[in-house]
Amino acid sequence: MFRILHQIFRTGVVTEPLPVEVEAEVIETGAKLEEAIRRKFRRSLVIRQVDAGSCNGCELEIHAMNNALYNCERFGIHFTASPRFADMLLVTGPVSVNMEIALRRTYLATPAPKLVVAVGDCGCDGGIFGESYASLGGIAKVIPVDARIPGCPPKPADLLAGILKVIE
Amino acid sequence: MSTLRERILRQLGSAVEQLASSAPEQIPLFRAQREQFNEAARTMKYAEARLVAEWATDETGFGRGFAVYACYNRGTEFLIVKSELPEDDPSFPSIYRKYVSSWRFERQMKSLMGVAPLGLPDSRPWIKHEDWPPNTWPLRKSFDPATRMPRVEGSYRWIRAEGEGVYEIPVGPVHAGIIEPGHFRFQAVGEEILNLEERLGYAHKGIEKRFEALSWEEGARLAGRISGDTTVAHALCYSRAVETMTGCTPPERALWLRALLLERERIANHLGDIAAVCNDVAFAFLFFQFNILKERLVRTNGRLFGHRFMMDRIVPGGVVADLETGGIGEMLEELDRFLPEFERLVVMYDNNPSLEDRVRDTGILAPDTARELGVVGIVARASGQALDSRIQCPFPPYDSMVPDIPVYSAGDVNARVWVRIEEIRASVQLIRQFLETAPEGELRVPLPVPAPGKSGLALVEGWRGEIACWVEAGPKGEINRCMVRDPSSVTWLGLEQCIHGNIVPDFPVCNKSFNASYSGHDL
Repeated sequence: MFRILHQIFRTGVVTEPLPVEVEAEVIETGAKLEEAIRRKFRRSLVIRQVDAGSCNGCELEIHAMNNALYNCERFGIHFTASPRFADMLLVTGPVSVNMEIALRRTYLATPAPKLVVAVGDCGCDGGIFGESYASLGGIAKVIPVDARIPGCPPKPADLLAGILKVIE
Repeated sequence: MSTLRERILRQLGSAVEQLASSAPEQIPLFRAQREQFNEAARTMKYAEARLVAEWATDETGFGRGFAVYACYNRGTEFLIVKSELPEDDPSFPSIYRKYVSSWRFERQMKSLMGVAPLGLPDSRPWIKHEDWPPNTWPLRKSFDPATRMPRVEGSYRWIRAEGEGVYEIPVGPVHAGIIEPGHFRFQAVGEEILNLEERLGYAHKGIEKRFEALSWEEGARLAGRISGDTTVAHALCYSRAVETMTGCTPPERALWLRALLLERERIANHLGDIAAVCNDVAFAFLFFQFNILKERLVRTNGRLFGHRFMMDRIVPGGVVADLETGGIGEMLEELDRFLPEFERLVVMYDNNPSLEDRVRDTGILAPDTARELGVVGIVARASGQALDSRIQCPFPPYDSMVPDIPVYSAGDVNARVWVRIEEIRASVQLIRQFLETAPEGELRVPLPVPAPGKSGLALVEGWRGEIACWVEAGPKGEINRCMVRDPSSVTWLGLEQCIHGNIVPDFPVCNKSFNASYSGHDL
């Protein structure tokens, strides 16, 4: 226990600001996000992430948004396990043929009004996997998409900026 | 003890013939009569060899039918057996009775290439789902990749359990967290799991077919997206397979940089996995602490190599990123800061009884089972199998700087965490050694045009374990086939076996301790 407390005190608060180039961007985006989420979502934007067939690269960066450095929860962004509670679906792609039905069902299970954000180059247009017998391409081929966040994968700061853009 | 090569020749005699079209030279390729395909497997099994991969190819471009391949390994020896199948009757004797892992390999070959494993008791499709039209075999040359498949009625026969109090829990493909898609079906009594059946293929994007439409250079970009968390190792394995096939030797500095990238990828992913295991037993403190260390490493990657996960830095013929002069100092300083931080957290992991209670004796994969299943990588090394491609088939600089690999025999979640802890230490040590001996020079050489019909195999130890990639040049020197076997293709089998008798709430932590890739498996 003592070790844990010691580590907590020696770590201090590592959440940005940090002396890195993305810092200013994250702080600025974060402040706007917080304001927009306070105004439009009563301080809490709840996201359900759906992997519709990605390579898992985008998931790594979505995870990183939650780490202690980006700490997206401080802006009011929370990831939920159930689409029933979600305001937004954050969907990575391409949509595989085998995930099409599950993605449609997840979309239908999310109560309106809902936002859908396509994440990553593959979520935008299928990326390097394109359209084929196994890949349907971008998310918009299967469910209505409100915004796109390109990148391979988009960095955590890009994800925050993309989410801000769609809710503003 | 006779070599695998001698065993095959002695046992099969005139029924086999060694082919010269395969590279590298030290991995012989034998063509066996198709009736002898399982006889070769039997010989390999008795020689205590492991099945690395089994796959099928379409050779109609060469005026032949189809072919099936099986690659075996024992220690530092590797060997490939091939059998040719006529186009009008592409059947072959299943090797399932000798090698359990071929159960899924052969279902996959049948589903995607339409070759028929005779004697395989499980006729259900794999990767291909039941709503695909029957008789569509995407990996065949006659199949247009742009085909839009209509959905048909179909059903999948699940393993069932019956009896008083037995119930089923279906999970997925959309999971509760930020995870890849897959389906798990549990049969349980109370809290105890009787059986787990995996159903994968949801992330199947047609990667192997897609390769065939790309140039050899473009292929590296696709290989880097087989499994995004293993982008370095997959791009490296693909590039090495292509280089082996064409006889291309990348410059020394490129080899050095590749190893540096590979070890950095290993450390970052292991940190994330240890964090996630702690999180799955509700120890959020270490989850956040380990992830801070991971985030710092990936930021350094971004700064030094221009991409947080070092995607698209490795290409056939070399690398396209360099480490600037100041980078070596920066990396050394980073490691000096990193290691004491890391060790402090390891002590906390180790000295926490409530954590230990959850991870010790949980999800045990016994060494015998691990050997039978042919698992690789962290899962194998936590279950008594001393397997590591960096030692079994090293390429420079691993031939002179050998990693100190940990092997545990407990086979539980805790052992899989400890393998990762020890590997992080070993990788730090390796990187320090690398940084002392930075060779100067070119980063890339041009890739020669491959000869038609030539093939190449490469094995690379990614952070999950051994990746196998086999490429074959077509009649015009194009990509005729690119077979990828992610370590997950075999470790997923281990997860099913380790879960019997565990309680349902321990499944997430068991799953995380394997952390098999869905995308790498589904392709």
